[in-house]
Amino acid sequence: MSRYIIRRLLVFIPMLFLLTIIIFALAKAAPGDPLTGKQLDPTVSKEVYEIQREELGLNDSLPKQYWNWLSSLASGDLGNSMYYNGRSVESLISSRLLNTVYLGVFAYLITLAISIPLGIYSAKRPYSILDYTATTFSFIGLAIPNFFFGLIGIYIFSIHLGWLPSQSTMSDPLLTGIPALLDRLHHMILPSFTLALAGTATYMRYVRSEALDILGSEYIRMAKAKGMKERTILYKHTLRNALIPIITLSGYEFGILLGGAVITEQVFNYPGLGMLFIESIMNRDYPVIMSINLLLGATILFGNLLSDILYSVADPRIRYD
Amino acid sequence: MKNNINPTMEQKEQTNTTDELPKSPGRLGLQRFMQNKLAVAGTIILSLIILTAIFAPLLTNIDPTKADLTKIEQPPSSEHILGTDSSGRDNFARLLYGGRISLIVGFSAMMFSLIIGVVTGTIAGYFGGKIDSLIMRFADLMLALPFFVLALTIIAIVDEVTIALFVFVIAITTWPNLTRIVRGSFLTLREREFILSAQALGAKNHRIIFKHLLPNAVGPIIVNATLLMATMIILESGMSFIGMGIPQPTPTWGNMLSEAQNIRILRNHPEAWLPPGLIILLTVLSINFIGDGLRDAFDPRGNKS
Repeated sequence: MSRYIIRRLLVFIPMLFLLTIIIFALAKAAPGDPLTGKQLDPTVSKEVYEIQREELGLNDSLPKQYWNWLSSLASGDLGNSMYYNGRSVESLISSRLLNTVYLGVFAYLITLAISIPLGIYSAKRPYSILDYTATTFSFIGLAIPNFFFGLIGIYIFSIHLGWLPSQSTMSDPLLTGIPALLDRLHHMILPSFTLALAGTATYMRYVRSEALDILGSEYIRMAKAKGMKERTILYKHTLRNALIPIITLSGYEFGILLGGAVITEQVFNYPGLGMLFIESIMNRDYPVIMSINLLLGATILFGNLLSDILYSVADPRIRYD
Repeated sequence: MKNNINPTMEQKEQTNTTDELPKSPGRLGLQRFMQNKLAVAGTIILSLIILTAIFAPLLTNIDPTKADLTKIEQPPSSEHILGTDSSGRDNFARLLYGGRISLIVGFSAMMFSLIIGVVTGTIAGYFGGKIDSLIMRFADLMLALPFFVLALTIIAIVDEVTIALFVFVIAITTWPNLTRIVRGSFLTLREREFILSAQALGAKNHRIIFKHLLPNAVGPIIVNATLLMATMIILESGMSFIGMGIPQPTPTWGNMLSEAQNIRILRNHPEAWLPPGLIILLTVLSINFIGDGLRDAFDPRGNKS
């Protein structure tokens, strides 16, 4: 076990380095450098820019530039935005990151709250009306582009019924305390359901097929044969074992949620990391784009690592050497 | 010794016409596919959608790219069945012609991704060793970035987006999934007796790969390629929706949906954005049903539920 974890960590670290190399290559492939925008000023002579380029290390060899970039990265310096007049990338990201984390956590809770009970009950009564409804829902949930689902949500719940807000995170920035929290939650309902849609559909199918497998297995028949109550069988044996794939998938799900947040936030004008990313793409603000790539990539690599380790912990039948 | 369990489409058609012969695996597969009602329904609906895209000029005589600024955001009328968009282009014509672009982009991106995936997966799975870990580490790395994010990043680097470039971008961000699947089936097949015997008989690598391994891995490859096409269509629509996909005025379903970012159109003109969204949903749903049907057809042991 611990040997597996160590080996998995030894894979994780070089991957992280490779990720930085790829992102550095992407950043270098992007047109322009931090001085391109300023060069338009005709009163400043070319020589001044040359000196500045030299000072910024832009004339160094690529490996040296990579090394400089990596060491500033290690000290937490992600560079400056090209669009927001040199505002640091860290401050831009940290102003948005928390909103996306709230959204992701909320969406994940929705996913679990819907998919686990529905999956278990459709496995308990396969081919019942509930099972067919849940299956239909999961088929549609996987086929509908989430931004289209979001648009329909806005159309029905915001425009026609007027129940839910469709934009931003709060209706009044001056709110504090409990009303502020409720207002935030109110604003998060539509975006988080939109974000949760695909995951809910996938998880429901996983839980259902896993629970069906378990319900047909020998130890459940044994439990039935010795007269165990159906509730005990369902909750103690089936549910616990059916949850294994769910727990282990959570690391991967993290990455899927982050990717999905990009477009969901755009639909709802929700000022998170995803919207910052799209804004930066539109403005060709490369330092911000690359930093978000790096952040997402590192988070997802870490999530995968976590999933693999959880899997080996949760299911001792699996051996790795 | 032929291990051709998974025949190609032509063989399926051949077996269809020869009634007296014993049932071939292909015929059995076709039978299983035809028994799956959802898969058949998906095939019919997808065929209808493809036909309307092909015969778009017969169904409307309006040019989908012709803007008319005197007639913007018009409600449905006998002239414009679904009204006009914010540049005065006919929504119905855009829906029909948009199908062409969306389906072609989805299909060609899938094919492109399929080729990269099969080649890399074959090399990794058959030869193993260092080249395998090199390819797989790279694939893992590509998977570490959500492909939506990676594709947008590449789009931001290049100057001008054309359809060919767009196809290239979404294909090079999605191939690792197929690589994994091809490699996985090669790894298990490689250890089977018939491959060992082929190797013992002195068969060359390319013969083993093309004659023995690939035909046996065709099932999972086709199934996943089908499902990948659905992913590609969603990806195209998503990127076009935020305005980073196929540039206007070329009609695509995603481009039409991007109109709904304007709250006025979202509120007042559901006839403009609801049809392209629903048709994407229908297309993807059909493709997924066909993919599931193919999975059952190729792998009878798999259909337990």
